Amino acid sequence: MALKRVKGSIDRIFDKSLQDLVRGIRNHKSNEAHYVSLCVDEIKVELKQENVAVKANAVNKLIYLQMLGYDISWAAFNIIEVMSSPKFTFKRIGYLAASQCFHSETDVLMLTTNMIRKDLGSQNFFDAGIALNGLSCFITPDLARDLANDILALMTSSRPYTRKRAVLISYKIFLCYPEALRPAFPRLKEKLEDPDPGVQSAAVNVICELARKNPKNYLSLAPVFFKLMTSSTNNWVLIKIIKLFGALTPLEPRLGKKLIEPLTNLIHNTSAMSLLYECINTVVQVLISFTSGMQDHGSSIQLCVQKLRILIEDSDQNLKYLGLLAMSRILKTHPKAVQAHKDLILQCLDDKDESIRLRALDLLFGMVSKKNLMEIVKKLMIHVAKADGSQYRDELISKIIEICCQNNFQYITNFEWYISVLIELTRIDGSSSHGGLISSQILDVAIRVKSIRQFAAHQMATLLENAHALMSQLHRNGMEEVLYAAAYICGEFAQFVESPDCLIHAMVRPRATTLPSHIQGVYLHNIMKLYAVALKRAEDTDDKGVGLTQSLQEKLPIFIQSSNLEVQERASCILTLLKYIEKLQNKGLFEVDEFSCLFKGELNPVAPKAQRKVPVPEGLDLDAWINDPPSSSEDEDAKEEQKMEYERSYNDFYSPTSEKRREYSQEELNKLREERMVEQANNPNYLMSKKAEGYMNPDEESEAGSINLDISVPLHVPGLPSSDRYFKMEQDRRRRQRAERVVKKKKAKRGKHGRKREEQEEPEEEEDIAPVHAVEIVNEEMPEGAVKTDSEDENPSFDPHKALDIDLDSPLTASEALPKPKHRESAKLIIQEPEKKEKPSKKKKHKKEKKHKKKHHSAPVESLLVDEVDVDRTVNGHQHQHVDQQDAVQVKKEKKEDDLSFWLNDSSEKVEEPVVNGVAVEDDKATQKSSKEKKRNKKAKKSKRKSPEVGETPPPSEPQIQMSRYTVLAENKDMRIEFETRCIPRQEKKITVSCVFSNLSSSFIKTIEFNVLDTLNTRLIRDGGNLSHDAVQIPFSLPPSARNECQLEFTASSVTMPQRLKGTITYMVQDDTKQHTNQEKLDFKLHLPCSAYLMSTPLSSDRFTKLLSSGEVTDKASYQFNNTDMSLESMLQKLCFYIKFAVVEQIGNSASLYSSSIQKHHVCLLVKSVGNGISIDGKSDNSSLLSNIMDEVKMVGKT
Amino acid sequence: MIKAILVFNNHGKPRLLRFYQHYTEEQQQQIVRETFHLVSRRDDDVCSFLEGGTLIGGSDYKLIYRHYATLYFVFCVDSSESELGILDLIQVFVETLDRCFENVCELDLIFHVDKVQYILAEIVMGGMVLETNMNDICSRFLEQDKLEKSEAGLSAAPAKAAAALKNIDLPSLPKDLKLPDLPKLPSFR
Repeated sequence: MALKRVKGSIDRIFDKSLQDLVRGIRNHKSNEAHYVSLCVDEIKVELKQENVAVKANAVNKLIYLQMLGYDISWAAFNIIEVMSSPKFTFKRIGYLAASQCFHSETDVLMLTTNMIRKDLGSQNFFDAGIALNGLSCFITPDLARDLANDILALMTSSRPYTRKRAVLISYKIFLCYPEALRPAFPRLKEKLEDPDPGVQSAAVNVICELARKNPKNYLSLAPVFFKLMTSSTNNWVLIKIIKLFGALTPLEPRLGKKLIEPLTNLIHNTSAMSLLYECINTVVQVLISFTSGMQDHGSSIQLCVQKLRILIEDSDQNLKYLGLLAMSRILKTHPKAVQAHKDLILQCLDDKDESIRLRALDLLFGMVSKKNLMEIVKKLMIHVAKADGSQYRDELISKIIEICCQNNFQYITNFEWYISVLIELTRIDGSSSHGGLISSQILDVAIRVKSIRQFAAHQMATLLENAHALMSQLHRNGMEEVLYAAAYICGEFAQFVESPDCLIHAMVRPRATTLPSHIQGVYLHNIMKLYAVALKRAEDTDDKGVGLTQSLQEKLPIFIQSSNLEVQERASCILTLLKYIEKLQNKGLFEVDEFSCLFKGELNPVAPKAQRKVPVPEGLDLDAWINDPPSSSEDEDAKEEQKMEYERSYNDFYSPTSEKRREYSQEELNKLREERMVEQANNPNYLMSKKAEGYMNPDEESEAGSINLDISVPLHVPGLPSSDRYFKMEQDRRRRQRAERVVKKKKAKRGKHGRKREEQEEPEEEEDIAPVHAVEIVNEEMPEGAVKTDSEDENPSFDPHKALDIDLDSPLTASEALPKPKHRESAKLIIQEPEKKEKPSKKKKHKKEKKHKKKHHSAPVESLLVDEVDVDRTVNGHQHQHVDQQDAVQVKKEKKEDDLSFWLNDSSEKVEEPVVNGVAVEDDKATQKSSKEKKRNKKAKKSKRKSPEVGETPPPSEPQIQMSRYTVLAENKDMRIEFETRCIPRQEKKITVSCVFSNLSSSFIKTIEFNVLDTLNTRLIRDGGNLSHDAVQIPFSLPPSARNECQLEFTASSVTMPQRLKGTITYMVQDDTKQHTNQEKLDFKLHLPCSAYLMSTPLSSDRFTKLLSSGEVTDKASYQFNNTDMSLESMLQKLCFYIKFAVVEQIGNSASLYSSSIQKHHVCLLVKSVGNGISIDGKSDNSSLLSNIMDEVKMVGKT
Repeated sequence: MIKAILVFNNHGKPRLLRFYQHYTEEQQQQIVRETFHLVSRRDDDVCSFLEGGTLIGGSDYKLIYRHYATLYFVFCVDSSESELGILDLIQVFVETLDRCFENVCELDLIFHVDKVQYILAEIVMGGMVLETNMNDICSRFLEQDKLEKSEAGLSAAPAKAAAALKNIDLPSLPKDLKLPDLPKLPSFR
C-alpha cells in the first residue's frame, strides 16, 4: 500500500507544481492565454485523478489562475473534494480556494455543511481555524443557520486561537442569519471580558460593527465599554471603543458628558497618533451632541483644534490629511474655532497632493466671512485657471459657487462682483460639467436680488450680443448653458436692456441655430419679450417698429426648420403673431400696450420642491380615474409610445439640462466654422480683444480682426465684467465706508442701508460691512399649506444591517432558540468542558454556577455537558416557564435602563474614576443576577429585594425614579415636585438641587416660582441683583401631565449639619378654556441631609490605610444592626447609592468605605457582618458630620 | 471592515487579491486596474489615503495604501477602521512577510502566493482584523508549516527533490522589499 503510494507520487513528480505554472506563465508573456488554456486542460486531467495530493496541487494552481482573472467556478466540486481531505495540507488548499471563489450563489455550498461542522469540531485546532477562516468568506444564510450553534460553542473553546475566530465570525453569522443575534448576544458580551486580549479585541470589534449600524440597541453596554476604555492598553481596542462611543453619543448626550474628561486626558497623554486622532474625532462628536449648549466646552474644542493644527503642520502627509478631515467635522458646529486657522488651510490649498487640496477646499466652505469672501474666491479663481485635470477643476468651480451661495448668499456684499465671477468662470479654459450650475446661479441671483437685475440684464445683453464670438469657447468649456440664463434674464427684465432691437438682431443670427435646442427655445420666447419692449420704445419714432417686425420675420424661418419640436412650434407661433402685428401696423391699428400685456406680470422664484408640497385637498383622490378607464388594452403599446414621446418632449421643455447635446460630425463642424468665419469677417460689431484688460482699455483692442477662434487664450469681450475690477471697487468702497464710519464715530447702523436680510447676523468682532445695494433677497415661494418635512429624498434601499436592528434587552422566546443539529457529536461536547475551569473572575463563576443550577433544575434529562451551549435554548424550550420569564425579563430590562441612566446621571460626582464605575458595573451585574433569580422564582424575588425603589412604583411609566435618589418635595392635586441633591465638582460651598416638576392635573401650569427662606448657613442662589427673598422663576411651563427638570443652586457655608429650609412654590393654573388662570401655592420643607454634601471619592487601599493611621480622623461612632436579613452586599450597595460612599476594599465579611464632603472632610466606614447583624464603625475628622452621617446610615439600613 | 486587500506591482500585475465581498473575476481585474491607475499616478511623498474609485468603494470607503519598492499594498476599508491603524496593519503584514520569507521580495510573492494568503489569513479574517501581534502571527504560520511538513513525510521527498532541481534556474533577482521606518506611527504591539 505504502509502496503504491510512493509509486503514485513518483509518477506525479513531473506534474506541474504551482511554481512551474508561475514560471511557465512568465516565460510565455506573449501568448499567456494560450499557455493558460493548455495548463487548464492539464489541470482538468489532474482533477480526475484519484490521488488527493494531485487534486490539491491542481486546485492550488487554479487559485493562482483565479487571481489572474480566470474563472474557476467550474471546479467548485473538486475544491470541495480537496476541502474534505483529512490531511491539513490539502484541506488548507481547499479552503483557500473556496474562500477565493465561492460566494453565496455557489450551489455546491449546501454540500459542505456537515463537512464544515466536522472541521469546526476537529481535534486539530488549525482545522477549525482554516474552516472558520474560509467560512467567513463564503457564508450563506443556510450555512449560518445550520452552523450558528457550533460556532456559538466554539466561542467558549479553551484555545484563544479558536475563540477569537469564532467571535469574529459571529458577526458574519448575524449578518446572514439575524435570528442568531439575540441568543448569542449574552455570550458575545461575556467575551468583552475575556482574559485573552485577542479575544477581547475580537469581541469589541464585532460589537462595534454591530453598533455602528444600529447604535441605539447597544447603549446599555456603554458602562462596560467605558470600563474597558479606562483599563485597556491595547490601542486597537481603544480605537474601536472610542469610535463606538462616537456613534453612541448622538443618542445619549449624558454619555458625552462622562466621556469628555477621560478623552481629553487621553488626548493629552497618548503618544500614538492614531489614538489621538480618534479621540479628537469622538470629542468632536460629543461636542456636536451638546447642541443645547448647556455647558461651555470651549477648552475642549480649543484643545482639539490645537492638536489638529499640529497634525496639519506635520511634514507627514498622512497626518496632514487626517488633520484636515477632522477639522471639517469641527467646522460644522464650531466654525469660529476653525476660522482661527485660516492661514494654514489656505496654505494647504497649494499642496501638491490632490487629496489634501480637496480636503482643504471642504474646509474653506466654513472659513468665509463677508470680509474675506472676495479674497478667498479670488484665490480659488487663480487655482481654477491653473488646475490640471478636469475633476479637480470641477470640484473647485462647484466649491466657489457653494461658498458664495451658502445660507442664501449670506456673505456676498456685492452682487455685481458675484455676477462677474460667474461670468468669468464660464470663460476659464478646460471643459467643465458645471455649465448648468453656473447658469442656474446667474438666474437665481438675478431673479432674487431685485437691485441687481439692471446690472445683470446689462451684462447678459453684452454676453448675448457677443455670443457668436464666444460660442465656440463656451462650447469647449461646456458652458453654453449660461446663454440660457442670459436669454431669460434679458427677456424677463427687458426694460433694463439698453437697445432691445440690437439684442434681438444678435439673437436671431443663424449661428444661434447651432445652440442646443432647449436654449434656442428660450431664445425665441425671450425675443418676444424683448420685441414687446422694443415696440414700446419705438412708439414715439416714425418707424413705429415696423422695420423690426419685418426683419424679425425674415430671420425666423430658419428656426422653423429646427428638428426640435419645441423650437419649431415657438418659431411658428411667433411668426404668425408677427404677421398679424405687421398687418395691424400697416393699418395703423396696432396697440403696443395690448401686445406687451402678454408679457406682463413678474415671475417669482419658486422653491424647487414647491410642487411636491402642494397639499392634496380633502376629498381629492389622485389615483381615481377622471374619465372611465379605457376598456380595451389593444392599443396600449401605441399609447405607451405616445406617452413616452410626450414625456420626452416634456422633459426637453422642463429640464433642459437633462437633454442630450447635439453632436456634430467633423464635416458639419468644418462647415459651421467656415460659416462663422465669413460671418465674423463681415460683421462690423465683431470685436476681438487681444488680451485680458478688454474692459479697462477698450482702445487697445486689436483691429487685426483675427479670425481664428480656437485660440487658447480666453476671450475677453469688452463690456463683460471682470471680477477683479469689482473686487477693487468693493475694497475701495469698504475703505471709504470705514473712513466714514470713523468720522461718524462708528454710528453706522444697519438700518441705514435699507432693509436687509434677516440672517445677516454677524459676529461682533467682524466689521459690519454694508452691502453695496439695498439687497432684498426674495424668498422662494412655497404653496400655501405646504407641510414642512426634513428628509424628503430618502430612498429606501436594501441594507443587510437593517435586519440586525434588534432589541437585545428584551427576553428570549422559545421560538428564538437556535436550530439544533440533529446529531451532536460527543467530541464537541467534551471540548466545552474545560472552559468552565478557566473562568477568570469569581463573580462569573458564581454566575456560571447559577446557570448551571438553573439548567439542572429545568432540564434534568439532558446531559449536563450540554449546558453551556444550551442554557438559553433549554430554558426557553419550556413553555410553562415562558410567561413567568417574560415578566422577569421585562423587569430586568427596565432595571438595565435604570442602571444606565444611573450610571450616566452620576456625572455630577467625580465618576470618571474607574473604581466608581466598577461599582456601577458591578451593580449592573448584581441586578442582572438578581433578575435571574427572579426568573427562577418570582415570589422569592419579592421577599428578597426589599429596596423600595423596585416594587412600588409602576415601572413602565417612570423608569428614572425607580433607581434614583429622587424624593418627593411636595405634592398636591396639581403637581408633584421631586428633588435630588448633587454636588458640583471643585465647588466647596455649592450644591445643586435638581427638582422635577410633574404636572398631575389636566390643565396648563405656568409661571412657576420657587422660593425658600434662606437660613444663615444655606441660601438659594438667585439671579444677580435679586433680593434675598425674591422668588426664582422656573424657566418653563408644564402642559398637562408633562414633566420637566430644573436645577437650583444653593450655597452652604457649613456642611456638617443637615438643613431644613421652608419654602413655597407658586404657580398659575390655566383652565381648559384658557381664559381664567388661578394662582396656587404649595408649601414645602426642603431637607438637605449631610450626605448631600458627600461626594463618592474613590481611594486606593494604601491611601486609605495611610489616612487612618495619620491621626487626622479621630472622631468615632458606631452602630449595629441586629437581626437584619440584609446581606452585606446589599448594605454596601445602599451605602454607596444613597450616602455616596465608595468601596475601598472588601475582604470576606468586612468592607471599608470612604467618602469625602465637598469641603474635604473625610468619612471612613468599616462595615462588618457579624452573626445575623451588621456592624458599622465610622471615623471622621468632624464629629458632627460623622454623627449626622451615622444617623442617615441607620435610616438607610432600616428601610 | 476591510472590503478588499490588493497587492500589485509597479506595472499593475496582481500579486495577491483578497476580496471580502463577492466580485466576479472580471470585476476583480477591473478593480485592480482602476486602483492601480489611481494609485500609480501619485507620488511617493503624498498621503496614503484616497477617496474614490467607482468600482470599489463609495462614499464610506477609502483606499489606504503603501508603496514598497516594487509593490503596492492597498487596503479598501470603510469608516469603522482607523486610517492610521490600517497603515500600521499594512506594515505589520509586510514585516511578517519579511520574517516568514527571510527578506521578502516580489519573487516570493509571485511564487508563493498561497503562503502569503495563509499569512494574511492569520491577520485578517472575513474583513475584520484578527491579530496584530507579529510574533503570534509568525509562530502560528510556522506551526502550520511544520504540520504540513510532518504530513508530507516520506512521500513528499521525491517531489521536493524535483522542485529543488527545477528551482535551480530561478533568476536571482535582488531579494529586498525595503521596509521604510515608520517613526510617526504608533506601535500596536
